[in-house]
Amino acid sequence: MTNEAIQATITELLPSATFDEGGEWLVVNVAPEEWKQLALHLRNDPTLSMDYLYCVTCVDWKTHLSMVYHLSSTIFRHTIVVKSKLDAAEPVIDTVSDIWQTANFNEREAYEMFGVQFRNHPDLRLLILPDGWEGKRPMLKDFEDPVNMIRL
Amino acid sequence: MNDTSNNAELKASPFGGGLEGAADSLQASFPGQIHETPGGGIVLSKLDDVINWARSNSLWPLTFATSCCGIEMMAVASAKYDFSRFGFEVARASPRQADVIIIAGTIVNKMAPVLKRLYDQMADPKYVIAMGACAISGGPFFYNTYSVVKGADHVIPVDVYVAGCPPRPEALLHALMSLQEKIKSGLTREQIQEPKPSAAGDQLHQI
Repeated sequence: MTNEAIQATITELLPSATFDEGGEWLVVNVAPEEWKQLALHLRNDPTLSMDYLYCVTCVDWKTHLSMVYHLSSTIFRHTIVVKSKLDAAEPVIDTVSDIWQTANFNEREAYEMFGVQFRNHPDLRLLILPDGWEGKRPMLKDFEDPVNMIRL
Repeated sequence: MNDTSNNAELKASPFGGGLEGAADSLQASFPGQIHETPGGGIVLSKLDDVINWARSNSLWPLTFATSCCGIEMMAVASAKYDFSRFGFEVARASPRQADVIIIAGTIVNKMAPVLKRLYDQMADPKYVIAMGACAISGGPFFYNTYSVVKGADHVIPVDVYVAGCPPRPEALLHALMSLQEKIKSGLTREQIQEPKPSAAGDQLHQI
C-alpha cells in the first residue's frame, strides 16, 4: 500500500488523526485517548494488517512527552509511524500489549526511563533499572546525576 | 676478561647492564649478578627476584571485555600485534586460570558486583589493568549519567592505567609491558599491600 492509500484509509477510520508527510514513512499524529482505538483498527483492518510493532520509543521535548510507535505489516510490507503527545506532568496512555505482545517489555522500558503510565498494562514494573530505584526517571531531560552533574 | 670489566661486574644492579656482550643481554632479562669462574659462571640472585621474573613472563589475561576497548584487546591478541610474544600467552575464559584482568570497557553499576566477584575468584598473584577512559574514570560517561561507575578502581585495585578511547593496540602492549616491569620491581598493588593476618592467627587472638 502506498503512503497516500494508507493515509486515506486511516482518515476514514479516525477522522481526527493528522499526518506529517515528506519522510520515507507516513507519520500519524493521534491523541492519547484515541490511540487504543486506532491501534485495534491498524491491527485488524484487512487492508492494513499492521501485525508487527517493531519499535516503541518515548521522546522528552521538555514541554511535553511524545510516544512513538513504528508499525509494519509482514504481509504487505508497508510501514507507518504513530506519534502521540503526552502531558509532561501526567503522562498516561493506553497499553497496546494486548494487541502486540512485544509492547509489554517496550512499554515497561518507557515506563522506567520516562515515567509514562500505561493504562491497563498487565505488569508495569521496572525492566532494566535495579529494584528499588529511587528518584527521577533517568531519560528525562531534567534528570540530575547525583554523583557528577554539570549543567550546560 | 680484563680488570676493567671485573670492576663493572661488581657494580652491576639486579636489573641493569654493567656487563657487556652476551652477558649483557642475559643481565637485562634475568635478575642477578654473574660471577665469571673458569669454565663457566655463577649467577647470584634473590629468590624473590627470580619468582617475580618468572611470574612477569607468563601472565594469562582473563577474557573480560565490556565494550569497544574489547575489540582493541582482541586486536592485540591477534596475529598483527600478538601479545603472546611478551608472555600473555593465552586468554583464559575462567578467572581461576587467569593472572591478569584487563578491564576493557565501561563498568556499569549492574556490572560492578560481577567484576568484583571475578577479581575475587582469580588466584593469587593477580594483577589489574584499567584499559581506556571508561575503566579509568567513567570517561565520556563521567557526567550526567545514571548507570556508570566512575572508574573501575572504585571496585577493585588497579595496577596499570592506559589512556585512550579506545587505546591503540600499541598502547595496550606498552601497558602490558609496564605491568611486567612493575612486577619485576615488586611494586604491584598486591606486592606492596600489608600482609593479612592469617585465619589461625585471628582465632588465637579471639581466644
